[in-house]
Amino acid sequence: MAKKRMIQAINEALDGEMAKDPKVVVFGEDVEISLFGDTRGLKDRHGAHRVRNMPISETVMSGMAVGAAAAGYKVVCHMMFGNFMYTGFDSIANQASKLRYMTAGQIALPIVYMGVFGGGRSAAAQHSDAMHPMIMNLGGIKVALPATPSDAMGLLRSAIHDPNPVMFLQAAGRGGEQGEVPEGDHVIELGKASTVQEGDDVTVVAIGAMVRPAMRAAQELAKSGIGVDLIDPRTVVPLDSEMIFGSVRKTGRLVVVDEARDMCSAASHIAAICADQCFDALKAPIRRVTVPDVALPYSPPLEKALLPNVASISDAVRRLLGKAATEGA
Amino acid sequence: MSVATSDVNFSDEQMLGFYRDMLRIRRIEERIGDDAKAGNIPGAVHLYIGQEAVGVGFCSQLTDDDWIASTHRGHGHYLAKGGDSKLLMAEIYGRETGMCKGHGGSMHVADFSKGIIGANGIVGAGISIITGAAWAAQMDGKGAVGVAFFGDGAANQGVLCEALNVAVLWKLPVIFVCENNGFSEFSPSSTVTAGNIVDRAKPYGAAHETVDGNDLIAVHQCAARAIKHARAGNGPSLIEARTYRQRGHVEAEASFLGSKYRSDEEVAEWIGRDPITAFARRVIDAGQASQADLDQIEAEIAGEVTEAVQFAEGSPYPDPAMQGTNYMFA
Repeated sequence: MAKKRMIQAINEALDGEMAKDPKVVVFGEDVEISLFGDTRGLKDRHGAHRVRNMPISETVMSGMAVGAAAAGYKVVCHMMFGNFMYTGFDSIANQASKLRYMTAGQIALPIVYMGVFGGGRSAAAQHSDAMHPMIMNLGGIKVALPATPSDAMGLLRSAIHDPNPVMFLQAAGRGGEQGEVPEGDHVIELGKASTVQEGDDVTVVAIGAMVRPAMRAAQELAKSGIGVDLIDPRTVVPLDSEMIFGSVRKTGRLVVVDEARDMCSAASHIAAICADQCFDALKAPIRRVTVPDVALPYSPPLEKALLPNVASISDAVRRLLGKAATEGA
Repeated sequence: MSVATSDVNFSDEQMLGFYRDMLRIRRIEERIGDDAKAGNIPGAVHLYIGQEAVGVGFCSQLTDDDWIASTHRGHGHYLAKGGDSKLLMAEIYGRETGMCKGHGGSMHVADFSKGIIGANGIVGAGISIITGAAWAAQMDGKGAVGVAFFGDGAANQGVLCEALNVAVLWKLPVIFVCENNGFSEFSPSSTVTAGNIVDRAKPYGAAHETVDGNDLIAVHQCAARAIKHARAGNGPSLIEARTYRQRGHVEAEASFLGSKYRSDEEVAEWIGRDPITAFARRVIDAGQASQADLDQIEAEIAGEVTEAVQFAEGSPYPDPAMQGTNYMFA
């Protein structure tokens, strides 16, 4: 194990896979100089033909990823910000997500669409979307949202070689976060959640950047004797629903923390399937800690007030237990 | 693009091959049109009738290692690139034996083993996909090229500008073939398209050429220049092939359109300039084939059409119990 920053883990995953497999290529906006640092140095190590800067042309870029993957390459398409994927959405929503299905699986389509997502940095409305729920609804693209450097490295390695398109979303502002990363070929299978900590009173499912505040909330709640079973799905497509159901059946209570807007969020989907599958085990209503159905604002106090945080997560858990205690009396 | 015009010097066999390839598309599609009108085909079909010289002119010079991307009007490109007619027909009939096991239908026929990335239901989408395939071909370094066929309607999608820009910058082995068939769905081109489409290559410095899309030989020569240009590593070309959509945007459109968007006289005039009829005349006039030769090809194709339809009709529908996430997450 070695301590690494998130962005370093991503960079090493790309570097390692490019070194191992000549079919892995990286292209996108400013990948040579690399705004975030995740693709920095790759051109020098792997050549200008495999690491290519693109014009700011998301429409052709997202489609080029499809064509190059169909023609045999493992394509990492860096679209910089999640919001910019909307500009190139046809090839994501109509082509990448459907080509394998429409053609009865004639080919593999290994594409990783990378982008930074989420709020917290005063990036304002057009650079802060948590757009994973929209991708979840496409049916045909896997979605990875790593919360730790170790998961970022392991998930990205899997994503690059997966025969399906994968959306790899890095939490904005978390690139500098440090964590222990195993040495060697550290790989994490897409679709396997992780139990961040175990507890018996309430299940908290936290997605992407929400894992850290949820962890702190769990630590704080532990001081009050509340045991949180904290689950990080790591990928929302495929979703490790069995692990979530198992936890909910154990605790009887569920809080889902998601940085997406509430309507049709990953949180509302997880809430729905748990209500469907674990209804008899539930001791209390399912709660969602999400973002209101508005764009994220620029001014720090405004933005901070909208995003889930340690206090709002703890509060949701406490109220859930309080209500459950009253009902049980 | 200033390039020398090569002499026309095709053998009798080659000429008959072009005729056969065009007529095969025509007769298969006529049958598809009839079947669609008879209600035997579940979805919409968009026919290539009248534009066959473009697909055949280009695809007859491509190999399975070259890539093509096509459009919602894509049966012709699929067949010209070597696609199987039985698998096409079964797919359009929605059968298990179809090229895509009934999951794609008319607008999504594809055969990657033959370099056919597929038809596409989104106007202009093939432009970006072929640009990526051409990038792959460039990285492979084996001289393969990518050809995107699209219509004049697709030329009004911004992606054409984006693709020309990157293809010139990267010198990609790609040919953008705009089949200007006069209509953007139900809108005459003149009402939705400013200027000449081919001129859109100029500001990017891409090679470009306009060709009579109803003249197989002219298309073939133009394609030869563009393909040579691409294989030699000189970058992209934009070709505007002027042709005409003899059929509607979609079969059976008369049943739901409230009014006409073109005159019968205009359609009749273009049918008078039909690429296959003109080519047949040319072959016979040049003494390269007899009417009997052409009749024999006609009979052979009739047999292929019958066989394809029988294959489709005799094939089972896919079993709904077997669907779900098949082919999606492997």
